[in-house]
Amino acid sequence: MAEFDLAIIGAGPAGMAAAVTADKAGLRVALLDEQPRPGGQIYRNVSQASADRVRVLGADYALGRGLTTALAESGVQHIHGAVVWAIEDGFRLSYTANGTAAQVSARRVLIATGALERPLPIPGWTLPGVMTAGAAQILLKGSGIVPRQAVLAGSGPLIYLVAAQMVRAGVPPLALVETQSTRDMIGALRHMPGALRGWRGLAKGLGLIRELRRAGVKRFTGADRLKVEGMDRAEALCFRAGGEDHRIACETVLLHHGVVPNTQVARSIGVSHRWSSAQQTFTPVLDAWGGTDRPGLFIAGDGAGISGAMVAEIAGRLAALKLAEEAGHLGISERDRRAAPLLRARARELAIRPFLDAAYPPYPGALRPDDDTLICRCEEVTAGEIRQTATLGCLGPNQAKSFTRAGMGPCQGRYCGLTVTAILSQTTGQSPDETGYYRIRPPLKPVTLAELAAMAETGATNPEGE
Amino acid sequence: MPADAPFIALNRKERLVPVQLDGTELMLPEGENLAASLLAAGVRSFRETPVSGAPRAPFCMMGACFDCLVEIDGIQRQACMLSVAEGMVIARLKGTTHG
Ligand SMILES: Cc1cc2nc3c(=O)[nH]c(=O)nc-3n(C[C@H](O)[C@H](O)[C@H](O)COP(=O)(O)OP(=O)(O)OC[C@H]3O[C@@H](n4cnc5c(N)ncnc54)[C@H](O)[C@@H]3O)c2cc1C
Ligand code: FES
Repeated sequence: MAEFDLAIIGAGPAGMAAAVTADKAGLRVALLDEQPRPGGQIYRNVSQASADRVRVLGADYALGRGLTTALAESGVQHIHGAVVWAIEDGFRLSYTANGTAAQVSARRVLIATGALERPLPIPGWTLPGVMTAGAAQILLKGSGIVPRQAVLAGSGPLIYLVAAQMVRAGVPPLALVETQSTRDMIGALRHMPGALRGWRGLAKGLGLIRELRRAGVKRFTGADRLKVEGMDRAEALCFRAGGEDHRIACETVLLHHGVVPNTQVARSIGVSHRWSSAQQTFTPVLDAWGGTDRPGLFIAGDGAGISGAMVAEIAGRLAALKLAEEAGHLGISERDRRAAPLLRARARELAIRPFLDAAYPPYPGALRPDDDTLICRCEEVTAGEIRQTATLGCLGPNQAKSFTRAGMGPCQGRYCGLTVTAILSQTTGQSPDETGYYRIRPPLKPVTLAELAAMAETGATNPEGE
Repeated sequence: MPADAPFIALNRKERLVPVQLDGTELMLPEGENLAASLLAAGVRSFRETPVSGAPRAPFCMMGACFDCLVEIDGIQRQACMLSVAEGMVIARLKGTTHG
């Protein structure tokens, strides 16, 4: 089994920045990511993108080239196409790449697995033709494919970005159906002084909205009662806005109401998580460097709490400095000298977050879905079934799982976990922290016998192994 | 690309290779993402669910939701995490026969 000083899971801005920083400090670093190329979500495929693709995706996207170039020039061992499906104490990571399972061991691990889009359960959200807005962006970044007749629905800055990217690609969306209301925006204004310190972010957001207006993209705000109509595929998005019912015929519905930390890896090794009411999600409990309650185990980037790409990069560097110091490659005073400007930059970048969180809250209809709405896509469990288990005395998601099978499918609760916690907590009156979340166990993704057999044959496993 | 596919490809793809989908031959761009290429080829349903037999198609495109699950050479895999290779034999999962 290959041994490293530091293994990093996730090659987005957090993981790449950490890898390059730790490599420069002299650590032997392995960087594992299931994507074929580095970049993570924001900089997906940036090292291969054509000039025209970069024009469509924008200047922020092109920034990622700095990181992918530094990574390519470093001594970091980038194991790409590698799905990490288990992490054990010590640490040992098991992964599958090219149809073969293998392992690496490392004294220290950084989890930089980023975010997932917040589940948006509404009637019809499982129909073919309904995707997340992020999925549409991945199709554009990775493959240059754009939906012809799409409606974007939900809330959050990413909706404006994806819409603007579609406009630049020459295939504008039919409409933007936004669930946030003027009241949310007014409430958010009290965070304005902070937001103005992060004025660059604000200016970019306003620029995108102007771009959409110029392109004549129709916008609805304060939308409610979202529903996708169709028999075996999406045919229309229905909603209520401005006191009227609307129905927009379309082929594709792109849903989005923010991103939430992808906590699967961290939970599977028992890192403590707490509810964040500002972000309406669970986040891991960390110190200022990204250290967890386990020695040698760190988390950086959106997986630590949603803060965006710039903060992810900074947090990756901070974690790497601390890890290098712990490994004896950096003195404490040198670590702190290098950390100081990073800490200042992070504070500046974070200034806009409270404003964004308040201005673009999750769609309330998806946090309290109607009884008939499917909330677990894999096992096809409805919100009503979860409510019923709660009235029968079920308090937590793990009990609800054994009653209803919600969360038992291959996605392991990635797209129902937060909804189940929310419904149980609304019904029982207990807080989300008291209600808790699914227990996550390895394998984090299904592993086939053939993949394991290939691992045994190549002797990739620990020879003294159990 | 069929005229009624809900997706448009911005660039013409260079090298197309044959793959089999449920016994029908499709020409897809070699090395491109498999789920994206099937969508652009006009494939609307990728599988049926084991519980109700309802049709599903890619939802997240990032390996998290498993709605793009197809069988390739007898093994269930996420189409959004694979690249097109010449001669791939792809079967769509039918509602009643798996899970
Ligand atoms: C679909 C999507 C699109 C987004 N687009 C944008 C955008 O255009 N602009 C923007 O500002 N923000 C965007 N965001 C927000 C984004 O989360 C951050 O801006 C930024 O990408 C966070 O960086 P990160 O390093 O924390 O994680 P990410 O960039 O998300 O990188 C995490 C990496 O971890 C890998 N990974 C996760 N689990 C495993 C595992 N078990 N095994 C192996 N690898 C694993 C993933 O493949 C991924 O490459 C997007 C988020 C999502 C979910
Ligand atoms: S589309 Fe979600 S896993 Fe492939």
